[in-house]
Amino acid sequence: MSRASLDQVAHCPGASPQRLRSLLERGLPLTERPWQALAEQCGMSEGEVLGWVGRWQREGLIKRLGLVVRHHALGIRANAMVVWDLPDATVAEVGRRLAAEPAVTLCYRRPRRLPDWPYNLFCMIHGSRRERVLKALDGIVERHGLHDTPHRVLFSLKAYKQCGGRYTREKQS
Amino acid sequence: MSVVHRHRPEPAELDDADRRIVNRLQDGLPLVERPYAAVAAELDLSEGELLYRLERLLEDGVLSRFGPMYHAERLGGGLTLAALEVPEADYERVTAAVNAFPEVAHNYRREHRLNMWFVLATETPERIGETIEAIEAATGLAVFNMPKQEEFHVRLHLPV
Repeated sequence: MSRASLDQVAHCPGASPQRLRSLLERGLPLTERPWQALAEQCGMSEGEVLGWVGRWQREGLIKRLGLVVRHHALGIRANAMVVWDLPDATVAEVGRRLAAEPAVTLCYRRPRRLPDWPYNLFCMIHGSRRERVLKALDGIVERHGLHDTPHRVLFSLKAYKQCGGRYTREKQS
Repeated sequence: MSVVHRHRPEPAELDDADRRIVNRLQDGLPLVERPYAAVAAELDLSEGELLYRLERLLEDGVLSRFGPMYHAERLGGGLTLAALEVPEADYERVTAAVNAFPEVAHNYRREHRLNMWFVLATETPERIGETIEAIEAATGLAVFNMPKQEEFHVRLHLPV
């Protein structure tokens, strides 16, 4: 359970945080000591790798170390983007409450694009079938008194592309 | 560009331990030397069994990726959600044109007049505007850009 101090990291000029970040994008190795495995690939010690990743987490570059579930493989066929037109004064408060709903898997405030698009709060609701998603939505409308809030349900009809974003480009050496 | 789910396989069978693993790991992995051993202990599994099950879940396609979720903006990158109103007759052509951009990370057809929704992830924030201009030029359509203004945090990302 060791976390390398940042001083230690700073004293290792040969190590490449950029390379570590790039390796991490491909995923964490499934081996007992995954940080050690990454360390060997980017010329750092295990402690240094832990130090960098801890620092990136504290700075918010890495939101969490976790996994991405493929919805369709789990039989989650219905993916609905539910959008709401809320007054600017209440959108943040409603957003926080909707994010706490178990059925809501993502919740963001985004700009309106008038006149085409009046909605400013976006939630994702996933479910095995449309009826279940709509039932979950009914419950949310009921619990939060949103009957009079204009909203739309945009089910996805087809995924044309689904891949993780790649934010770093490995430097050519 | 290929359609991701051209034929839909049967849903994978997850047993109780698989479900606990997937739900637990969506919350994140502890930053310790032996993270799998730590999570296995929490879930009352052995480290070896957890690793075996994770490998199988990746092979079965239940999990697409295992690792860090980056905060694109803080990494210096740009991220946005964008939409297009695509004429029905033109849908395939526009799909191909949009997906040809490596910055397009997801692209869904949705039920609305704005019927194509995609996520753009770029190396710098400035590249978002440039990419949108290039997509408008390639498709001949106006892109509705709807970047996140505030994120409301959910605890579990997709309970299974």
